[in-house]
Amino acid sequence: MKRLAGRTNAIAFIVVAGLLAILPAFLANNYQVSILILVALYTILTVGLSLLMGYAGQISLGQAVFYGMGGYITAWLTVRAGWPPLAGMAIAALITAVLAYIIGIPMLRLRGNYLAMVTLGLNVIFELIVIQETAWTGGPDGFRGIPKFSLGGLVLRTDLEMYYFAWFVALLVLMLSLNIVNSRVGRALRAVHGSEIAAETMGVNTAHYKVQVFVLSAVYASIAGSLYAFWLGIISPSVYHISFSIELVVMVAIGGLASVWGAIFGAATVTLLAEFLRNTLPHLLRGASGEQEIIAFGVILILVMIFLPEGVTTGVMLRYRRWRAGREALKEIKKSAETMGAE
Amino acid sequence: MALESQLLQYLFTGVTVGSIYALIALGFVVIHNVTGIVNFAQGDFAMLGALVAVTLTTRTPIFNRVFVADFDLPLPLGIVLSVLIVSLIGAVLYFLAIRPAKGASIVSLIIITIGAHFAFQGLALIAWAADPYGLPVFTRGGPLEIHGAILTRQNLWVIGVTAVILLALYLFFERTMLGKALRACAINRLAARLMGIDANRMALLSFVLSAAIGAMAGIVITPSTFMGYDSGTFLSLKGFVAAIMGGMNSATGAVVGGLLLGIFETVGAGFISSGYKDAIAFIVLFAILFVRMSVGVRKGQSQFEEVGM
Repeated sequence: MKRLAGRTNAIAFIVVAGLLAILPAFLANNYQVSILILVALYTILTVGLSLLMGYAGQISLGQAVFYGMGGYITAWLTVRAGWPPLAGMAIAALITAVLAYIIGIPMLRLRGNYLAMVTLGLNVIFELIVIQETAWTGGPDGFRGIPKFSLGGLVLRTDLEMYYFAWFVALLVLMLSLNIVNSRVGRALRAVHGSEIAAETMGVNTAHYKVQVFVLSAVYASIAGSLYAFWLGIISPSVYHISFSIELVVMVAIGGLASVWGAIFGAATVTLLAEFLRNTLPHLLRGASGEQEIIAFGVILILVMIFLPEGVTTGVMLRYRRWRAGREALKEIKKSAETMGAE
Repeated sequence: MALESQLLQYLFTGVTVGSIYALIALGFVVIHNVTGIVNFAQGDFAMLGALVAVTLTTRTPIFNRVFVADFDLPLPLGIVLSVLIVSLIGAVLYFLAIRPAKGASIVSLIIITIGAHFAFQGLALIAWAADPYGLPVFTRGGPLEIHGAILTRQNLWVIGVTAVILLALYLFFERTMLGKALRACAINRLAARLMGIDANRMALLSFVLSAAIGAMAGIVITPSTFMGYDSGTFLSLKGFVAAIMGGMNSATGAVVGGLLLGIFETVGAGFISSGYKDAIAFIVLFAILFVRMSVGVRKGQSQFEEVGM
């Protein structure tokens, strides 16, 4: 069974990578390429949050903090300290991991409502620091002049180059996550999600695993943040607002909790929907401005949580399996009834 | 300004702001006690209350200036209508989003109320655009001056209205059958149901009551500060911190928490940094949770990760 799952994943992996490789040939313009770069970055963010919410059963409404830390530390190291991009990205991820570990230990003892509020609070404080500490962060105007990503003599100048690099990293992250899910750690995490007390009785150190997933999700977010900074060359506080953290929760809700592949689906759906609404709403509502699309996200969140609380992909799959199992059972009953009739 | 009058000024401002936090916190506590839900959209009731009252009493272009609301009602009538409308919105929220999700996990319920917060914010943005709105002060006249500190008449209104709402709630919970039924639900839902109390009706009532309190808070603060479609976020967050400060299930605690938070914030903004004013509430929150957690550890509770559940 496990080998089968491994083979299915490998095939899915090759298919997805192949599709992503030829996709740019069908894109009409640079705008569409940049949307798909965003989808790649959000996929990286969503996978981490999906593991945290689905496996550790913890909610974080502050993932934008780690996304921002990746961006700002990378920016500072490459611009002010003159480090090469890859080193900046790696050190940013490391610092983010250490910080996530330190705050994760006390924080993950909280549950539900309190954890949600504390992570939200962290996000608010992070945004204030970024706005206030102008000398370090550039303040509300943003941090400018971040170099393009380069490795040796190779510089990623165009959006298309960035597209391939971002998806390369996203697929690496997906592969790593699939491996984690199907390993001993993954089984322990599932046990934690099923019943924390039962898991602890079986000798699983639940607190330990929860912090590990939290750190992992923070590192993913940091990497995505670094890529974002390299890509645009400027980062500003508005990107790291709490509404972005919540948007990520919408992506997880659509992609499905604890679903690695669902992350791509969730990230793509929300990003494309947001762009679509941003482009069409002003026509529908004369002179509409701003972020009316949040109303759609709000309604989606409510509907998903009422009807498919495991998330759209996971929920639909569960229901399909149940329906198929039900049909098969029905067939069995009919068959046995027929044989009985024959006798 | 002498230090004494400066401190007094901070106290006046702090108590005024704190009254609003106290009212929002009360809304949190009422819903949380009866249903176990933390309603992230609590601050939006205040925002909606204020904006509906503005629309009813002054000429306001709405829906991207497609319509102009020209009701021009007198302020008291506008306020009463606004509170009624927002109470109705509270009921609608309960019927559309909370009731259908019966038996959902805490994480699902959090996400639902966050979704409601987004939906309200988006609706308000469509209806009133991103403009800030204000109401006229309730009574005209110069401010009072006490030892060099200034107390405006609207500040007195805020404090007075908060006090009246508290008294009314006290009487409602202590002296009426309905209030007692609500309290019974808060103490033990199962036992209350065995006594023939309809828990669903009580949950609905808690949403309506919280919405009404929230709306009143928003209305009474709007002459002093502007209100916009996104004001609900911070009101929710700070009201929640105030509710936690008060222990999350005590009405008195919520009020004390709200007032203290208001004073902390004003003093902190005055003496430390106004740029970090909005961070103060969360630093207080972290401190409280940390202390509670370490107390839990010292007491040797095996379930200390349940802190605050």
